[in-house]
Amino acid sequence: MTTVLQVNNLQVTYYTDSGRARALDGVNLTLNSGEKLGLVGESGSGKSTMALAMMRMIKLPGRIEGGQVIVDGNDLMALSEEEMLNARLSEITYIPQGAMNSLNPVMRIGAQMVDAIKAHDSKSSKSAIEERCMEALESVDLGRNVFRMFAHELSGGMKQRVCIAIGILLKPSVIIADEPTSALDVVTQRQVMETIDRVQKDIGCAVILIGHDMGLMCQFVDKVAVMYAGRLAEVSTVRQMFSDPKHPYAQALISSLPSLENKGVFHGIPGLAPSLLRLPSGCTFHPRCPHVMEVCKTTVPALRTVPGGAQVACHLYPEKA
Amino acid sequence: MAALLELNNVTKTYSRGLVSRSSTTALSNVSLNLDESEPTILTVAGESGSGKTTLAMLLLGFINPTSGQIRYKGQDINQLRGEDRLTFRREVQAVFQDPFAVFNPFYTVDHLLSVPIERFKMAKSKNEAREKMEEALTAVGLRPEDTLGRFPHQLSGGQRQRINVARALLLRPRLLIADEPVSMVDASLRANILETLRTLQRNYGVSIIYITHDLTTAFHISKSIIVLYRGGVMEAGDVDTVIKNPQHPYTRLLIDSIPWPDLNRRWGETEIKARESELTSKGTGCKFLGRCPFAMEICQTPPPLFQLSAHQAASCFLHAKSPEIEPERLSELLPA
Repeated sequence: MTTVLQVNNLQVTYYTDSGRARALDGVNLTLNSGEKLGLVGESGSGKSTMALAMMRMIKLPGRIEGGQVIVDGNDLMALSEEEMLNARLSEITYIPQGAMNSLNPVMRIGAQMVDAIKAHDSKSSKSAIEERCMEALESVDLGRNVFRMFAHELSGGMKQRVCIAIGILLKPSVIIADEPTSALDVVTQRQVMETIDRVQKDIGCAVILIGHDMGLMCQFVDKVAVMYAGRLAEVSTVRQMFSDPKHPYAQALISSLPSLENKGVFHGIPGLAPSLLRLPSGCTFHPRCPHVMEVCKTTVPALRTVPGGAQVACHLYPEKA
Repeated sequence: MAALLELNNVTKTYSRGLVSRSSTTALSNVSLNLDESEPTILTVAGESGSGKTTLAMLLLGFINPTSGQIRYKGQDINQLRGEDRLTFRREVQAVFQDPFAVFNPFYTVDHLLSVPIERFKMAKSKNEAREKMEEALTAVGLRPEDTLGRFPHQLSGGQRQRINVARALLLRPRLLIADEPVSMVDASLRANILETLRTLQRNYGVSIIYITHDLTTAFHISKSIIVLYRGGVMEAGDVDTVIKNPQHPYTRLLIDSIPWPDLNRRWGETEIKARESELTSKGTGCKFLGRCPFAMEICQTPPPLFQLSAHQAASCFLHAKSPEIEPERLSELLPA
């Protein structure tokens, strides 16, 4: 097991008319090769910002304020713009949320794939490049004929698989998939996830799956990271997360899950996600937390390892383990 | 027993092409009854392309069926005129999938809610209208003082979706058609919206047709379920029975594909046989034939509906030993 991705103290701020919004506030994360990490949280918790920041694709008014994203020993944040262009797709790749909107409607699928390879490799022959594209399409269970098709000729699940095929063309070390299945129905969702699973094993990369579907996380990932208001609340293995969540927010997330046993029982999480412009003091979850203490209102809890191996940012778990 | 809503052998075909006419059957021969005296929640489930939304559009009278009839309180909804049509429009309400797309961004919540009040003359004075709005917002768990006067962009997706429900509730509907109402909102807010829908059914006597591809929420909210695949009813019955003990291979595939948040359950034990790209409609047989792992010779002919128990029926020859039941009598199997 080698470490392929290390995120150190990543910070992103959006400068808006109504003030500064801290979208990412010092996030630390490590990922080994072949590992699958799920990044969960409510909308606005910073999941997508995290993905975009790792790709250095944050646009104004957002800015990456600091931190490192180390992929295979290289800090992406230290690269020049041109080197970063090269690193995208070959080192780290991003599968966007709405697949149907991310393909060019007036270009054939094949042309878009060839473009992606040519941007990184100007030496290979045309036929070699096309062959690579066809192989990538086959590896995501699409026919070779898809190469000549347009996006509108494909169904949602097929478009999503085309995006995966483009993502793996250059065999990256890290794949970030941002809610790859949120617009798809369950059967297609399973096909897409099985595809990601298989290509991940084929090329031995690490996967970060972003989403809010805990059921999907449970079935797919090895590790779960729960985000809340731009910080990590808890990072633990999927087994620990589902059997013994530590952070009160993670506990609420887990108990809000529907199952076959408790029919008709709904547990929402009380309160609303905080606005990033007016974050509560101390622990940002304290206004919604059932175990709130005095210290939570003043001091930001650090992410630390608790007995059992999970990393939790909560004052309920004492400093000394 | 008076029927609130009756569907008699409803079929909807979309045809395209001027010279070479090709057509797609979005819904074929669906019959359904909803009883007026017992408000219920009925789920219509299926993947994309199964005809769920076509059914919603038909029920709302937005499109006309190609054949068959839809009756509301005994009257064909496409024949309604004048006063009757207005009543139908008021009593049958809808909540759609995307809470971000349905609001005019220039209108405040007040305006959005007061338009239906004025249109249907629900209030005699401004004060009464205001009271009605506040009551509806409170009923869906929103604080009127935080919501009224705001613009849609100032509200979260979950809040907007609840305003949709509030708007529908305001008109005291008898029937609510909820087309994927929670698929666009966060998991933590889903629970709130589903709870709101259920309260509506219990406390206000509203019947709900819940259209979804998410069988988990369907299981939690509804009493009965109809599973559609490419326009045909595959399985129907009591939601507990159908989800815990699915009999049609398609229902099994659907249920097997749900990623349950349970580490002891393996995801996807049955294999998905065919990819959707290989699916083209061939012949008149079972619609699921191309993907069915149990396909047999007899499946080339359309399977009738077989009654498996008092509250379950499946349209599959695997159950050919069970007695047949006419599609018109489907509703008898659905518990209220």
